[in-house]
Amino acid sequence: MPDGGIGAPTKRREDTRFLTGRGKYTDDFTPQNTSYCAFARSQVANGKINSVDMSAAAEMPGVLATFTGEDFVEVGGNPAGWAIVSRDGEPMKEPKRPVLAHGKVRHVGDAYAAVVAETLEQALDAVEAIEADIEELDAVIDMASAVAGSGSLVHDEIETNTCFDWGWIEDNRAATDEAIKAAPHVTTLELVNNRLVPNALEPRASIGEYDPGTGDYKLTTTSQNPHLSRLLIAAFVLGIPENKLTVLAPDVGGGFGSKIYHYSEEALVLAAAKKLGRPVKWTATRTESFLADAHGRDHVTKIELATEKDGTFIAFRTETMANVGAYLSNFATVTPTFLHGTLMAGNYTVPNVYVNVKAVFTNTAPVDAYRGAGRPEATYSLERVIDKCARELGMDPVEIRRKNFIKKDQYPYASAAGLEYDSGDYDALMDGLEKTADLAGFEARRAESAKNGKLRGLGINAYIEACGIAPSNLVGILGARVGLYDAATVRVNPTGNISVMVGAHSHGQGHETAFPQIVADMLGVDALSVDIVHGDTSKIPFGMGTYGSRSLAVCGSAVFRATEKIIVKATAIAAHMLEDKPENIEFNDGVFSIKGTNKNVGFGDVALKAYIPHDYPIEELEPGLEETAFYDPANFTYPSGAYASEVEVDPETGKVTICSMVALDDFGVVVNPMIVTGQVQGGLAQGIGQALLENSVYDKNGQLLSGSLMDYAMPRADDLPNLVVDHSHATRCTHNPIGSKGCGEAGAIGSPPTIVNAVVDALVRGGHDVDHIDMPVSPSRVWAAMNK
Amino acid sequence: MNLSDQREIAAERQTVWDAILKPEVLKACIPGCEELTGSPEDGFEAVVVQKVGPVKAKFKGEVTISDVVEGESLRLSGQGKGGPAGFASGSADVRLSDIDGGTLLEYDVDAKVGGKLAQLGSRIIDGFAKKLAGQFFERFQEGLEPELEEVAEVADQKETKKGWIGRMFKS
Repeated sequence: MPDGGIGAPTKRREDTRFLTGRGKYTDDFTPQNTSYCAFARSQVANGKINSVDMSAAAEMPGVLATFTGEDFVEVGGNPAGWAIVSRDGEPMKEPKRPVLAHGKVRHVGDAYAAVVAETLEQALDAVEAIEADIEELDAVIDMASAVAGSGSLVHDEIETNTCFDWGWIEDNRAATDEAIKAAPHVTTLELVNNRLVPNALEPRASIGEYDPGTGDYKLTTTSQNPHLSRLLIAAFVLGIPENKLTVLAPDVGGGFGSKIYHYSEEALVLAAAKKLGRPVKWTATRTESFLADAHGRDHVTKIELATEKDGTFIAFRTETMANVGAYLSNFATVTPTFLHGTLMAGNYTVPNVYVNVKAVFTNTAPVDAYRGAGRPEATYSLERVIDKCARELGMDPVEIRRKNFIKKDQYPYASAAGLEYDSGDYDALMDGLEKTADLAGFEARRAESAKNGKLRGLGINAYIEACGIAPSNLVGILGARVGLYDAATVRVNPTGNISVMVGAHSHGQGHETAFPQIVADMLGVDALSVDIVHGDTSKIPFGMGTYGSRSLAVCGSAVFRATEKIIVKATAIAAHMLEDKPENIEFNDGVFSIKGTNKNVGFGDVALKAYIPHDYPIEELEPGLEETAFYDPANFTYPSGAYASEVEVDPETGKVTICSMVALDDFGVVVNPMIVTGQVQGGLAQGIGQALLENSVYDKNGQLLSGSLMDYAMPRADDLPNLVVDHSHATRCTHNPIGSKGCGEAGAIGSPPTIVNAVVDALVRGGHDVDHIDMPVSPSRVWAAMNK
Repeated sequence: MNLSDQREIAAERQTVWDAILKPEVLKACIPGCEELTGSPEDGFEAVVVQKVGPVKAKFKGEVTISDVVEGESLRLSGQGKGGPAGFASGSADVRLSDIDGGTLLEYDVDAKVGGKLAQLGSRIIDGFAKKLAGQFFERFQEGLEPELEEVAEVADQKETKKGWIGRMFKS
């Protein structure tokens, strides 16, 4: 392994600029003559727009243009990326999502008008001068009543609040029902996966530019997925030709899913820039982030686990209501279905699985993928009901999981939920967990806590997730309206240094450090001579973005494939230089040599020769050294893990303190272990936030009560224990060339059930009759559970 | 949110009833009320300035009186828009009955807020609404009851004892 190649814990090179204040985020760009945009947003959750009078706003100082929903009636809507088919064969209901609300406003924060002015302050003042007559209607907030259909409709034209009623796998429904009916033991649990606000540190921002001289548009925006935004704006929303639109996503300060999607503000600033012939900038306030970013989770679930008396799993059956909010965000329909239902066999050899998901429109902000996206919901349901089942059967939580684990000699394993797991070793992870978390020493630690008047509990959890989303042929069958490959171009410059144009976007994942490690490893060059270019649709071949822990497994594999092509071409050049045939040339550690001789030429000389082809056989060899690969995987990747946490509950107050959090993950081949450790730690912090603190609450009128960082509790450093992360128990992904599985979401998937299992364990050991507490397990909820 | 309370007012029921229909009285009793115009029949227009937690705003809105059972009960409803601060609306069902020494005023208040007020102020809005309603009826009560020192002052005189509302009526 050369220094800085695959497996090296290289420090993140991008941190030099991030830690010294030199990052360049969207709002840091202010093109000459920039004007500023502000939005008028609904203060009611459901309202009929009787009139929006912009005349007073238009007269305000500095105002350049005003927009209402009327201005966008003729253009398209922002579509959902997946078409889901209901159990009865009906396609999902897909109401139009316009650029600005027209006719009705459907959630607090729904934008119905916009003003562009010389300064931001003038734009904000002008928004206040808008005279809107919006008649408040009864809001649809609670999912059960929304589905019952007794009250209002979010979208009148679709005549229902149910977007779809999906069964997975519908053909397994009868067998699962039968198995549960006949089972000797059935454990039932009803739970809520709490609604979350992603709260990226950098709020969304967009700058639209238009060049009347060329007809070119440019959108600088906070995106995890610039090509998707370009595609949606071009093909669905504004109809700008794709070759006339560049989308730039410069440094982006966190996304967690919320910046995957195309949002209306992006279309608005482009339309305004065209109208004015000036750049138009919009930057969200924190309040706008709370109101108008896609939220996460929000499932209400009933899960049943049928077992033999000895704890052997017979069936899982799940009924879930998934909130999609007022409009379908781009991934809103795939998140609660294929990213959730297909994982409902977990790590287990259970023969029967059936999942029913009803997606429900409500007068709340759209809900979409958030770190983990469907898989945290699946893992939480499974691992909570397994824990309850173990308690009912008098089994140890480790023992019941081990009894049902898929064994390492069973791969590839076709799960009862329709996926084929390629590799894993769950027992090895559990062995490692028992040791690293010192499970044997728990009793002694519990006794010590008891001496201090605290109830100590131990939570165990195992998870599997499906990452690296692709493969295109499979997702196409499942309803995806896009392919899910990725692309990379490796450009070797004449002086031998290398630019790699990648479709994945880095906004905290460390691609600028990790991707060069792959190229350096393969070419035997210094990693620092390799740079990546990302986030600019005019420079990179194509990309499907960064989400679902897919960047390394999919885009990294494209980098790998493109680098393989570079080696093939460079070998041909080297053969020419060494006056031999390519098949006689071998390439090791950056040196091409004729097999069995000491005749050789270095990679740098080959690169130079590629661009100075004075003596080239031009019939056989093309100048230049640049290759592109599109990589479409054969399967998802399947990271897995075993987690343990110990908590102390203060019986006087119900406050939960996390004493330990141990995460053992199998990510396959790890390119940069230091970055992976950081990714897991971040995921754990977010998962702990969901478990203990975070909750997005709407009142019955649809007002967002948790609409600020004073009201929405984000995890802070002192809420977290020392996070022990270990990814040494790795099994290689069998189908991508790197062997990697993906690590970005794992911590947020594995930690919430671990924490809740631990809290319930603490209370039960403390003599309380508690079998479940919904997240966040706040002091008031824990105290109420102890004192019911 | 909902809240209910009651007050015993040392004044006759008819006096209380007449007072509650007076715009001047409403203006004086609504906390933070800067302007109030109109009539019980046509409704009132009001400007109220209030600070809820971090949000200070001038609310422009309407106050209407409905469900009137002469001398016994009515509903006061108000809604105000505070621009970017959001909106607030509420109603108070007020019932009057005779008791020894005066009138029992009972009220049930239902209030809701929206927009920034809800996003930023929800932690404190219940307590705030309770305080506002309390202030309203407290001022109303004080206005109808002669203050103690005033009672002493006017004890020798033949004039009827009146609170500030009484004086307002007289003028």
